Amino acid sequence: MSDPKAYRALTTHRLFWPVVVLVGMLAANTVYRPGFLSVQMRDGHLYGSLVDILRLSAPLILVALGMTLVIATGGIDLSVGSLCAISGAIACLYISRQPDQNSVGGVLTALALGLGVALVLGAWNGVLVAVIGIQPIIATLILMVAGRGLAQLITEGQILTINSGPYKAIGVGHLLTLPLAIFLALAAALLVAAVTRRTALGLIIESVGGNAQASRLAGIRSGRITFLVYVISAACAAVAGFMMTANVSSADGNAAGLWVELDAILAVVIGGTSLAGGRFSLGGTILGALLIQTLTTTVYAMNISPQTSLLFKAVVVIAVCLIQAPGFRARFTRRRAPAAGPTPVSEQPKEQVPA
Amino acid sequence: MTTLSLLAARTRSRLPRRHVPVLATLVLLLVLYGVGVSQYRAFSNIQVVFNVFIDNGFLLVVAVGMTFVILTGGIDLSVGSVVAMTAMVSAFLLREGLPAALVLIIALLIGPTLGFLMGCVIHFFDIQPFIVTLAGMFFARGMCTFISGSSIPITDGFWTRMSQQRIGNPSGNFVSISVLIAFAVVAVAAYTLAYTRLGRNVYAIGGNSQSALLMGLPVGRTRIAVYTISGLCAAIGGILLSFYTLSGAPLIGVGMELDVIAAVVIGGTVLTGGSGYVFGTVLGVLVLGVIQTLITFDGSLNSWWTKIVIGGLLFAFILLQRLIGIRYK
Repeated sequence: MSDPKAYRALTTHRLFWPVVVLVGMLAANTVYRPGFLSVQMRDGHLYGSLVDILRLSAPLILVALGMTLVIATGGIDLSVGSLCAISGAIACLYISRQPDQNSVGGVLTALALGLGVALVLGAWNGVLVAVIGIQPIIATLILMVAGRGLAQLITEGQILTINSGPYKAIGVGHLLTLPLAIFLALAAALLVAAVTRRTALGLIIESVGGNAQASRLAGIRSGRITFLVYVISAACAAVAGFMMTANVSSADGNAAGLWVELDAILAVVIGGTSLAGGRFSLGGTILGALLIQTLTTTVYAMNISPQTSLLFKAVVVIAVCLIQAPGFRARFTRRRAPAAGPTPVSEQPKEQVPA
Repeated sequence: MTTLSLLAARTRSRLPRRHVPVLATLVLLLVLYGVGVSQYRAFSNIQVVFNVFIDNGFLLVVAVGMTFVILTGGIDLSVGSVVAMTAMVSAFLLREGLPAALVLIIALLIGPTLGFLMGCVIHFFDIQPFIVTLAGMFFARGMCTFISGSSIPITDGFWTRMSQQRIGNPSGNFVSISVLIAFAVVAVAAYTLAYTRLGRNVYAIGGNSQSALLMGLPVGRTRIAVYTISGLCAAIGGILLSFYTLSGAPLIGVGMELDVIAAVVIGGTVLTGGSGYVFGTVLGVLVLGVIQTLITFDGSLNSWWTKIVIGGLLFAFILLQRLIGIRYK
């Protein structure tokens, strides 16, 4: 408050409100359960609620990273949940057929197979959107519906259980005292950040999202970029699928990755990426994913039934979206400070462009 | 001369263009039915058709509501959860001993209220329908489990009567009351879309909301209205579902919104809005129903094939819409 300008810059920052909500939730947890923030060392591994939140949010972060790029081009990828289920199912099926489930070579082949199929399916999405020109939401809806069926077809409607040490490590293994999953998510985040922010790719993706036609006329192969983001999204979903199935050492075509696409879209939106495309924030997405996972963990910790947690999710989603909506902000600020004259618009509301 | 030739070209191309998707769905439906009849003798029994209606009456009603939303270019993901919530609330209130009529009114008010609120948020705060209705979906589903974690049976007299009442001819073929209610909803919706001001506004907004606004059409009011209508249809669907299952279960109707959207798209409605018919949606629901019946009749195919086939059909119909050149934004 001492410096109104800095205060203003802080409160109008894109990520201010998500951070406030996240900190608020952590604080509420600490009040409810004083040991919440403590992290213990046991058997050379770190344990604690915070580590758990990080570990459990790893798959969501992965999926949301891919989703961020897709949304940045003005698209949306509904099929990621199904892709998680398919890639996990394929990997588990291959491992379960191996004579020695613990062989690293077999597990690597399984991962390559799962990733390969996911890439093919991602390419299918990309072709539908970029080449045939189908609206992204409906193009990926196809695979969202059919993909669940495919995953169940692969597992033959059963829950495939495997007993493979190396595969399990993806989900619950440790590296340098921290869960391996955290490092995988971190590595993916750094990779995506490096590729998009250290090269021109990020800018190109944003320009395609801003106006695909204009970008094409400016010499950007927007079709190819659109195709690429769906493939990246599928790859991220595949790794997340491995993590989810490795976590429970089993593949369930029906339940694996269920609703993860919705959580991922929420994470992206909470992170300040506009659904209309044209700009994206990887840091915001990771923050959004952490926020969602913290909310879920909070609800579990307070002994509320997991399904009822959806109620809280709805409230948080609407709250964050409303706070971020320019229309809502305008109303709010106008009412609070009518004498200050027209408030400077912090961010120009983005025009919806036909993409 | 130019006008004449233009007019001729328009009349020649207009009829097929707009009707091709619906006609294609009709052909597909007939082919599927034909396959069924040729493969299984019992399939030709007229009761099979009636059963498709009985089993999918609630889906039909929900899909009709969704048609309104999609025609304006929006989407409503909350319908499946609203259906479950309506069934859940009625089951809960009936168990608490409230009279059936009161329960019916309360249950029918939930959906439209939620839809109205979502419409307001979408319109006034300019947030994407996808996100708002997603929050609505979470909210309604959360309410279901908040009411009860397990399913609640319905033993009320009115409900059981509605459930078991058979309307049929002497030869034993029958439909349930739900089917008649579904037909009534379809008729009202078709009339509204085709012959009322609201219906024309819906098409206009779906075609181009900017132009609609400049023409002075009540864009905001219409947009809020379609989400309210969708909520009302979901509520009616929920009541029909509770007639059908005689219970309220917290996890019923999970993923129903996908089936509904698929049915609407297969029925020829374009997802960007502005083009489509309620009749097409009816056909879309029937196609889904007949596929399920076929898979049940076959016996060796598993339920996941339904999803794969629906996905394939979605693809085929979107491709068709693309090929005949219906405008995509």
